[in-house]
Amino acid sequence: MSAPLRERCQVAGHSRDGIYHTLALASPRIAAAARSGQFLAVLPGGDGFRLRRPFSVHRVGRAGARPLTVEFSFAVLGPGTQALGNLREGDELDVVGPLGRPFRPPAAAATCLLVGGGYGAAPLFLLSEELRAHGCRVYVLTGAATAERLFKPAESALLGDSLAVTTDDGSAGRRGVVTDAMPAILASAGVAQVYACGPMAMLAAVARTAAASDVPCQVAVEEQMACGTGICFSCVVPVFDGAPGLTRMARSCTEGPVFDGTAVAWAELALAAS
Amino acid sequence: MSTAEPDLAVDLCGVRLPTPVLAASGCFGFGREMAAFVDLSEIGAVVTKSVSLEPRRGRPTPRVAETPSGMLNAIGLQNPGVEAFCERDLPFLADAGARVVASIVGRGAEEFGRVAARLAREPAVRLLEVNLSCPNVEHRGEVFATDPEAAAAVVRAVKAAAGQPVLAKLTADVTDLVAVAAAVVDAGADGLTLVNTLLGMAVDTKRRRPRLAAVTGGLSGPAIRPVAVRCVWQVAGALPGVPIVGSGGVVTAEDAAEFLLVGATAVAVGTASFVDPTAAVTVAAGLAGYLRASGVATVGELPALFKPGR
Repeated sequence: MSAPLRERCQVAGHSRDGIYHTLALASPRIAAAARSGQFLAVLPGGDGFRLRRPFSVHRVGRAGARPLTVEFSFAVLGPGTQALGNLREGDELDVVGPLGRPFRPPAAAATCLLVGGGYGAAPLFLLSEELRAHGCRVYVLTGAATAERLFKPAESALLGDSLAVTTDDGSAGRRGVVTDAMPAILASAGVAQVYACGPMAMLAAVARTAAASDVPCQVAVEEQMACGTGICFSCVVPVFDGAPGLTRMARSCTEGPVFDGTAVAWAELALAAS
Repeated sequence: MSTAEPDLAVDLCGVRLPTPVLAASGCFGFGREMAAFVDLSEIGAVVTKSVSLEPRRGRPTPRVAETPSGMLNAIGLQNPGVEAFCERDLPFLADAGARVVASIVGRGAEEFGRVAARLAREPAVRLLEVNLSCPNVEHRGEVFATDPEAAAAVVRAVKAAAGQPVLAKLTADVTDLVAVAAAVVDAGADGLTLVNTLLGMAVDTKRRRPRLAAVTGGLSGPAIRPVAVRCVWQVAGALPGVPIVGSGGVVTAEDAAEFLLVGATAVAVGTASFVDPTAAVTVAAGLAGYLRASGVATVGELPALFKPGR
């Protein structure tokens, strides 16, 4: 894994799909280094002091085989994301990345299930590309509270060999949560590896469901960060360490954001009901 | 106007630093991750995250919340303990050429003394900074710097064991900061770091909950800079000759100059490093430009140039 870079990147493109924005940043070096599951810490412009915001790498844009741009996605939720939402092609953005440990491909080509909650589906785009290049069969399962919160539903349909969708209110796909749909897919498709990204409560449920079927699972966690670079110790998650039952707080920016589902001590997290 | 390159070097409690800009405790980890972005030897000094006798786990998440011109944190002093620090982190910092200020913390004077005693055997540690003022502790009684006598007792225990000069880091969350500062200096502190984060709180009105899991946390960033500058000015006036590291919301060279003009010997860059890993170095470079533009040859001349009457 290469050291993170800090660059002022030009915005090479800004697209919208429903409530989600996607920014493409011109940075051949970051694009070449980025792997799925890693993230960028971007500094929204504007007046006054702001912290960096972490966003997982959504896609890498290439010219032929040459990586040129790196993309991330977000919804406008506050002044920081509003400033990002106002960026136009040619504007500059201060970026540090790629940060964190990426998803790891299975040892040999295998059938993989990629599970995304809300805009947690963003990193699955690059992951799917990597896994298919690795010879894997890719099943995708995405979920959200409502149809409008599903991440790029049209493009998601092309991500893998199949797509299943759930929404809490039934406004798209099957009514329910992703873990309602997961067991049937695990049982029928011969899934050998699960990857997931989304809210912590969803990740806990996905990790539990995968473990119940004895399928290894990697999750990319979401924790509040101040720096993204490893110095603030904000984004910690409890992980099992050494002796059974003993846990320690691991920084998700440096040891994660990708963890094995069985490594995280989910019961120690105060998870909001999903 | 002088054309010679201004001299940024300072003497902090007998330790020569190439620049007066330090990386503040808790905002630079143990330096390792920052080496990807900045040459640690170019920073005036690296103040480590506070280390305690035993490892500490810290607080639950969320540990941070952004607030206007700053942030709240309640990390809770997560650290690997002094032994692991000496085995793993200190050699890395020394190899990188960093001048190390070890920040130490304890639940009482005795623990502070034991941590200081362990670090006395480490020549790579150039100074100790006694964290008397972390607001993110289980009991307010651990914020020793709210009471002159409790703060002095800790400093006495550290001085009795220490092999390095000792800075006492104080809080602005007191009625009479000068009284606390005078007490720790009387107890043997060689210098002061002013100030730690201010105790604060923010509420998520949608969820009707505190934004931090620990409910309250330490406020840092530009929002607290005027408070910190005031503290340095007050204490420098009351205790002339006591070296002070000014800390609180330094982002730019002008911010650093504010502290130096009112009497600080050095400044520490904290929250700014979260945004810009090179902040301590760029602030120092900017300070050189400020001195040059002001026709001042050395950092040490700045306090004498301050015009208190406006």
